[in-house]
Order: sequence, then C-alpha cells, then structure tokens
Amino acid sequence: MFYREAGDFKTSYGEDSQTFPIKFDRLRYFAVLAIAFGVVPLFINDYWANAVAVPFLIYAIAAIGLNILVGYAGQVSLGTGGFMAVGAYAVYKLMTAFPEVSIFIHVILAGGITAAVGVLFGLPSLRIKGFYLAVATLAAQFFLVWLFNKVPWFYNYSASGQINAPDRTIFGVFVTGAQTSAMAKYLFCLVMLTLVALVARNLTRGTVGRKWMAIRDMDIAAEIIGVNPLTTKLSAFAVSSFFIGIAGALFFAVYLGAAEVGEAFGIQKSFLILFMVIIGGLGSIFGSFAGAAFLVLLPVFLKNVLVGTLGWPTDLAAHIELMIVGGLIVVFLIAEPHGLAQLWRVAKEKLRLWPFPH
Amino acid sequence: MNDMSDGYVTADGRQIGGVLMEMKNITLKFGGVTAIKDISFDVRAGEIRAIIGPNGAGKSSMLNVISGFYVPTEGEVWFKGVKRGPMRPYQVARLGIARTFQNIALFDGMSVLDNILTGRLTLMKKGLLSQAAWWWSGAAQEEYEHREKVEKIIDFLEIQNIRKTPVGRLPYGLKKRVELARALAAEPKILLLDEPMAGMNVEEKEDMSRFILDVNDEFGTTIVLIEHDMGVVMDLSDRVVVMDYGKKIGDGTPDEVRTNQDVIDAYLGVAHD
Ligand SMILES: Nc1ncnc2c1ncn2[C@@H]1O[C@H](COP(=O)(O)OP(=O)(O)OP(=O)(O)O)[C@@H](O)[C@H]1O
Ligand SMILES: [Mg+2]
Repeated sequence: MFYREAGDFKTSYGEDSQTFPIKFDRLRYFAVLAIAFGVVPLFINDYWANAVAVPFLIYAIAAIGLNILVGYAGQVSLGTGGFMAVGAYAVYKLMTAFPEVSIFIHVILAGGITAAVGVLFGLPSLRIKGFYLAVATLAAQFFLVWLFNKVPWFYNYSASGQINAPDRTIFGVFVTGAQTSAMAKYLFCLVMLTLVALVARNLTRGTVGRKWMAIRDMDIAAEIIGVNPLTTKLSAFAVSSFFIGIAGALFFAVYLGAAEVGEAFGIQKSFLILFMVIIGGLGSIFGSFAGAAFLVLLPVFLKNVLVGTLGWPTDLAAHIELMIVGGLIVVFLIAEPHGLAQLWRVAKEKLRLWPFPH
Repeated sequence: MNDMSDGYVTADGRQIGGVLMEMKNITLKFGGVTAIKDISFDVRAGEIRAIIGPNGAGKSSMLNVISGFYVPTEGEVWFKGVKRGPMRPYQVARLGIARTFQNIALFDGMSVLDNILTGRLTLMKKGLLSQAAWWWSGAAQEEYEHREKVEKIIDFLEIQNIRKTPVGRLPYGLKKRVELARALAAEPKILLLDEPMAGMNVEEKEDMSRFILDVNDEFGTTIVLIEHDMGVVMDLSDRVVVMDYGKKIGDGTPDEVRTNQDVIDAYLGVAHD
C-alpha cells in the first residue's frame, strides 16, 4: 500500500477536515482501535497492565488535559498533580458517600468537580502570564496537597491519612478494588481515554480550539475579532482540569487502589505530565499519546535492558533515565517545540512525496 | 462643509448612505501626551473614508478608540445613531466592526484557513458542549457552512494555494492579505484598515487597492482607511480626514483636502507656531 494523497480527492469540506486526511492513516487508526479493544485484552497480564498499559492510558488522559491548557491555549500550569489529586479525592468522597451510583458516573463527576476547581485557580490567568502564572499554579499545587493532608474530612478520618478505593463493578465486573483483573482495569481506562481523546479532538478542531489558539498566539488580535479573553481562558482551564480530574480519579481508584496525596500527586507528577506534553508535542492530541507512551516506556525499557540484561545497579539506571529525560526536554524545547508529533509529521510529509520530492 | 444630508451618489455611481458612525469631540491623553485633541468626524454607510497625516499624528490612536482598545479621555462614539458605552474590543467586534493592524497581528501558529475561520467567530453559534459532540450536535455542519464562506473569501483574495500553510511562514505581503481576509470573514459593517499597503511594492499595492475597492463595491462594506501613500488615498477614498499633531486640520473630498492650505503646510513641513 502506498502512502499517497494522489487519487484520494476530497469532494467536500467535511472530508477535507477529517482527523486523518489520508485514507491509509484512517485505516491505521481503525486498526489501532481494533487491536486496542479486541486483541490486547486477550493477552494482557498483571505485569503489562500495571507497568505499562494502565499508567500509559491514564497519563495519556492527563497529558491531553494539560496539552489543551499549555499547548492549545498557551497558559502555563505546574498544578497538574494537585488537580489530579482533586479528581482522586472527589471520586473517593463520591464512591464512599453514594455507593449505589455507578463508578463511571463518579469518575465523570470527579472530572466536573476538578473543572470547577481548575476554573477557580485559573482566575489569575486573566491578569498574569507566563512565568508568573506558572508560579501561581505551583502555589495551587502545594496548596491542594496541603489541603488534602490537613483536612481529615477528605480522607474520611482514616487513621493512616490514606484513601482506599472500595470495590466497584461495571456490568458486574470489578473495576476497582483488590479483585479487579488486569483486563478490566485496562478496558475501563481505555474506554475513558477513547472518550477523552474524541472530545478533545472535537473541541480542538472547531471554534473552541481556534479561540484557544488565538489567545495563545496573539491575545490582542484575538480580542479584536471577538474572542472574550475571560471566558476563553477559563474554558481552557475548565476542559483541561476536567480531563486531568478524570485521570486523577482513575489513577487513584483503578491504578493505585490506595493513595497518600503527597506521594501520589506531588510536584513530581506535575513535572512528569508537563514533560510528556513537551516531548510529545505542544498543541497536538497525538503528541499527548506519544509523550505519555515515551515516558512510561522509557523506565521500563531501561530497567529491562540496563538492569535486567546488562546487570547494572538499579539506582544507576534511574540516574540515566533522569539524564535522558532532562536532555530530551532541553533538546525539544530548543529544537522542536512541537515534539515527537512534529517529527512524525515531517517524516510523513517526506514519505508523502517520496521518492520525488519536487 | 459636507452638505450631503442623507446620502449621495459618488462620481463612479456608488450610493452612499446616511451617517453610520460618528466621532464626537474625541480627546485622548496618555499622561502628558495628547494623542488626539477634540476631533469630530463622521463615517457614512458604504463610503471609503481615509485618515491621513504625518507620523505620530494620532491616526492609529483614533482606530484604537473606535475598536475599544483605548477609552477616550473625552468625547463620544456614536454607532448607528446610538451613543456607544464603554466597550471591550471583543464587544466592538460583535457590533460588526473589524480591523487590521499597522503591524500585522495574525495567529502565527495557525494555518491561513484557521486564521480566516477565526474571523467568523462572532457568526458561529455552537457552544462548547455542542463542539464536544461534533457530529451529533450539528457543530460539524456549522463548521462546513462557514468553511464554504471562507473559501469564497480565499478565492476572492486569490490565496487558494496557501490555505494550509502556517501563517508564520508567509512573506509580508501575503500576511497583510490574510489579515484582510480574516477581517472580511467577519462580514463586518465597518472595516478599519491601518496602513494596509505599508511596506508593499507597487504591484502588491495595486492588488490591495483593487481588493479594497472590490470589498466596498461587492459587499457594500464601509471602510475607514489609514494610508500614507497620497496617490492611493486620492484614488480610493470618498472623503478624507487630515490629522496633524492630534488635531484635525482638514476634512472633505480628496480634491478639497488637496487644496487646503493647512494640509499643504503640514505635509510640506511649515514650522508650527
Ligand atoms: N499606548 C500609548 N502610550 C503612550 N503614548 C502613545 C500610546 N499610543 C500612542 N501614543 C502616542 O500618541 C501619538 C500618536 O500615535 P499614533 O500611533 O496614533 O500615530 P499615527 O498617526 O498612527 O503614526 P504613524 O503614521 O507613525 O503610524 C504618538 O505621539 C504616540 O507616541
Ligand atoms: Mg499608526
């Protein structure tokens, strides 16, 4: 099969603005969906679910959320960990207060609550930009972690100060709690990620996305063509936090099962997600996937190769991982702010014209 | 001076209507600097109104007052016979006033198509939730309808071949054209153009002049134009306001203005006393 536009004529604007304008891309996209839903669940085991698949799915949701704020709307945030914590504690309180309601509803509601909190902490963005906004969101990060530690109501006065996810089912299958199978965890998170990616794609391809990008690229010009900076920035904070809240809820309820806020949702988490977005590509949904996959797989890969095969000490492998990630961040920030997604696009651009580039 | 009570017909046969917008005794101060001193003028529906004057005369400041970036220290802006309250620029946009900037203000990270589509923002009604549902809510349908309108503008301005190009990569002349396209996409009642031909070569200027005339002629758009090239101004405009040091020193048809002694002095650099 050739990777070509030729002979693949668009006869309507609908076709021209498809997510995957080239037929081959579209086919591959459906193939990926089919494999993700139909094949992977058959083979997934606890190791792959816990080390790779589930964290990847959840981080991809968070990265899409952060990318909407940073990559599309141009508003810096270092508060991702804190917002994930809001999602986690919201879902915990909902699960324990309304055990009869579906966990699916609770996860969505947790996203909604996080969206409201995100809007609140997004208010300073109306006055401050860039570095100062980053500091304000950093303050949100520390405040939220402190709050969930300090106020016992949030962790239902448990002696350990931890929150523990009760057992919950969807269609009679456990998706949270100790009895949950690797396949159930994987499929639940996969469904959520698919929904999130679809909504994110729809928002970014239309008016809402253009408003965000307009504010990002030149706020004065955006205002002159009718973009209300207040509602636009706050909508970016809301949508972004909604997704990040869902990610936090899943991270706690499905992945960890039990969480201590500082450990699970500390500042490292904020940076991790931000690095995913930078490495994957600012302003790209696909980049959010790529960045999440890269940073989830890198430590697994290094551990297997360096520690497993070469027999290096674990701490050395961990240091090498830090150095690689640090180096890549610098390289991407300087050389290719659109990240892996852009490298992929360039490669496709070349392939599209290959072997006659002129 | 201009006795045209309720509109008139131009020499080339265009019908000019009544007063659409009126600036009444506008004064604008920045601390000690007075950028605009007590200026009044009107703009009639369907006309091409030029504002000329030497550098620093206050022309751009006047457009900024109209589009809501600056709040005048004194004076009033009347639009369609109603006094306009204090307004943010995005609210002015919703009244149907679009503009371009002296220093191009496009969205560099977006394609030409997306830049122009953004111009239709005030005409697109689907909200966030409809957008999220896309196919099921009719947001996709709305997008395609507007895309069709945008394609007409793209054809009109002859920029078909750069549709998908990120604006940041375009040369200066084309950027100016895309900025005009984005303003036109809003289907404005009044189009404010701040030096649309600055820095262009003769050929590009001719193209741009043709586009401005066509816009005015085909869509009946009222145009307020700042321009330094006197030849262009004399060719295009129906009436001209002349500013110097923040004051209005002339107002009338190109011929009237050309023979106005104050204007001649200002342009020849006669010493101010
Ligand atoms: N934001 C501002 N703050 C302070 N002074 C300003 C501001 N904007 C404009 N001015 C001053 O107002 C005066 C008029 O400036 P303006 O840009 O309106 O002139 P102009 O007629 O558009 O000139 P040009 O032909 O160079 O574009 C200048 O003296 C300028 O320095
Ligand atoms: Mg100016």
